[in-house]
Amino acid sequence: MPGVATILMEGTFQTSPYAPGSLITVASLSVAETSSILSTTAKLAAMPAAEKATLLAGRRIALLFYESSTRTRTSFELAAKSLGATTTLVSDKSSSIEKGESLKDTGLTLRALGAECIILRHNAGGAPFVLARTTGLPVLNAGDGMHQHPSQALLDLRTILTRLGLDATRVDETSLKGVTVTITGDIRHSRVARSNAMLLPRLGAKVLLCGPPELLPEEALTLGEGVEIVRDFDTALRRSQVAMMLRIQRERLAGLELDLTEYTTNYQLNEDRLARCAPKALVMHPGPMIRGLEIQGEVADGPNSAIEDQVGHGLAVRAALLVRALGVEL
Amino acid sequence: MSELLILNGRLVDPAAGIDEPRDLLVREGRVVAVETPGAFAAVEAAETIDAAGCIVAPGFVDVHVHLREPGQTWKESIATGTAAAAAGGFTTVVAMPNTVPVNDTAESLRWMLDPARGSQVNLFAMPAATLGSMGVTLSDYATLAAAGAVGFTDDGKPVLEDHVMRAALLTSGRLGLVVSQHAEDTRLTGGCSMNHGAVAFRLGLRGMTVEAETRIVERDIRLLREIEAEDGVRGRLHVQHVSTARAMDAIRAAKADGLHVTCEVAPHHFTLTDEAIGDFNTNAKMNPPLRIESDRLAMIAALLDGTVDCIATDHAPHARHEKEVEFERAPNGITGLETALGLALRVLHREHGMSLTRVVELMSANPARIVKLGGRGALSPGSYADLAIFDAGAEWNYAAAASKSNSKNSPFDGAPMLGQVRATVVGGRVVFRG
Repeated sequence: MPGVATILMEGTFQTSPYAPGSLITVASLSVAETSSILSTTAKLAAMPAAEKATLLAGRRIALLFYESSTRTRTSFELAAKSLGATTTLVSDKSSSIEKGESLKDTGLTLRALGAECIILRHNAGGAPFVLARTTGLPVLNAGDGMHQHPSQALLDLRTILTRLGLDATRVDETSLKGVTVTITGDIRHSRVARSNAMLLPRLGAKVLLCGPPELLPEEALTLGEGVEIVRDFDTALRRSQVAMMLRIQRERLAGLELDLTEYTTNYQLNEDRLARCAPKALVMHPGPMIRGLEIQGEVADGPNSAIEDQVGHGLAVRAALLVRALGVEL
Repeated sequence: MSELLILNGRLVDPAAGIDEPRDLLVREGRVVAVETPGAFAAVEAAETIDAAGCIVAPGFVDVHVHLREPGQTWKESIATGTAAAAAGGFTTVVAMPNTVPVNDTAESLRWMLDPARGSQVNLFAMPAATLGSMGVTLSDYATLAAAGAVGFTDDGKPVLEDHVMRAALLTSGRLGLVVSQHAEDTRLTGGCSMNHGAVAFRLGLRGMTVEAETRIVERDIRLLREIEAEDGVRGRLHVQHVSTARAMDAIRAAKADGLHVTCEVAPHHFTLTDEAIGDFNTNAKMNPPLRIESDRLAMIAALLDGTVDCIATDHAPHARHEKEVEFERAPNGITGLETALGLALRVLHREHGMSLTRVVELMSANPARIVKLGGRGALSPGSYADLAIFDAGAEWNYAAAASKSNSKNSPFDGAPMLGQVRATVVGGRVVFRG
């Protein structure tokens, strides 16, 4: 029998019509859309800078940041500028948000000032939905609480495709067949892990989640098909072509006790472990990384590392997301 | 002398064991005669309600509503909240004490119950179990009972300390009144905004565990046993809005042991699961939170097998601007008075085969008994003429925008309902016609 909840929900909880071009969660991103974003990214990467700078000339983009950020903010901003757009940055520390202005009113103000798209980083999960519902503008989620970081998953995808010598201009359900990606560390608090674990398996990859139960509860298995929990890091690494490391999010631990020495022993990616278990694996980290904790400095700087590539791909993918958000056809 | 006739309806009066066509004669606010159809042909009443095709039931009693007055009338007032109650077929509501200031004195209780507040239905209240609902010092139960209290509760701020809850159950037990407990160990739920589980993990939200509910229910049941054994006092525990299968099992076992435990289930807990949160819909955020499908089905099983005593809405209005925020920052609660019957008939009666008599019992006779409202929740001669007259077969869709409540925060906006109220009568006076 279908749950009555489902029956009631069918008429009641339809996904609100968010402005086309919004990207809030990879859950609503089809394989075809993913492919189209990658294709746009490749076209933009190949385009002369002068031509690129005309694409969004005269368009206004707002960056709204309720949480600190280096990579994501800078790359969205530089991506927008490379397309000729005007950007403005509003952060919670130096705006009327400090005086108690709501997210809705902040969004409406930005819209009234001419913003055509808002890039939002927020410490509360789901905040981009609020902004998209109340402003009607395309919203790009630049990380919301522990929920999602879709542009990170897309740039990680492009990094993996490129470094593994696969076609990075398009994807389908089998593009990552035979590729195993281990995501290790603080999965519980990681929006990056959630976005990657939902996106990569849809393209054929196997995702192994690795970490102690405090940071990786069994519910993580429900993120989707193709996700597996492997507690032993060495075992997971031996199966993997890609090792994605995550920072322990001390700011979100909320009373959780963790023995960092033990954690480092069991889950740090260091030269010895890499050489023993996965000498050819691609090493990734969304940043910020804590050298000496989840990753040894030598590995982060070593030949397997794609960490700087990730930053570069971030710029390219975010340019494509902006072009898509503002409805420009290439 | 004002007389009212209710003709041609099907009387469903669980207390009297009647489910038959009956005509009712009402005089001076009381039911004076219940007869087979046509018996009052010679009576010329001032007002007549033709209830053809409708169920005539004792007016519904909701033992758990938030009317927000005094202090938060932008959300709701006694007048608007009770207008919504009337529209939902409720003729009696029991107001929770978490107003501003907290209702913890006879003075505030009398102010609230004063007819000047403009209540559209019979209004009763449960004052705070402890002063300021701070969980430390009991309020003055005897004085409050004399002023009309029908029970005591700290509602959203559960009584955590064992010795305080023990004293509350003992003192109220001696007065024959319930302590109505919101079962949540708040020491386990800091920073949580929904149910713990797969959906919470996917959304990256911290979740309230089943343990947080069961620990308090089990503790309170243990205290009841203790009081009965050590003090010879029969404590009366009423567990509010049960939401988990495990807490319900504990209640079922305690009842089987003969303890005085009653409980309520809210319509949203037998209709929805945490999947309804969808894209962080704050109108699906309440406390206790929506749980998983097995819990929902356990609530329905317990409603059917008699473990659950009553349906209560936990009507909790909030203004649009308060709900239109980040999920974790949104206040808990949804409106519920206008959707309770439509959901109960659709889900319990139609989908799960519950008899109309049992639905009516869960919404009238039983809740009236929990708070000891003599003469209400029944329609035998001499009873108060509080009636809900509804078309049990009417299909309609709830429109939150048309709500009589000051607030529209319902997850059921647009949802299909079964059964529509045609008239609500309070003390012989028609207060709503639909």
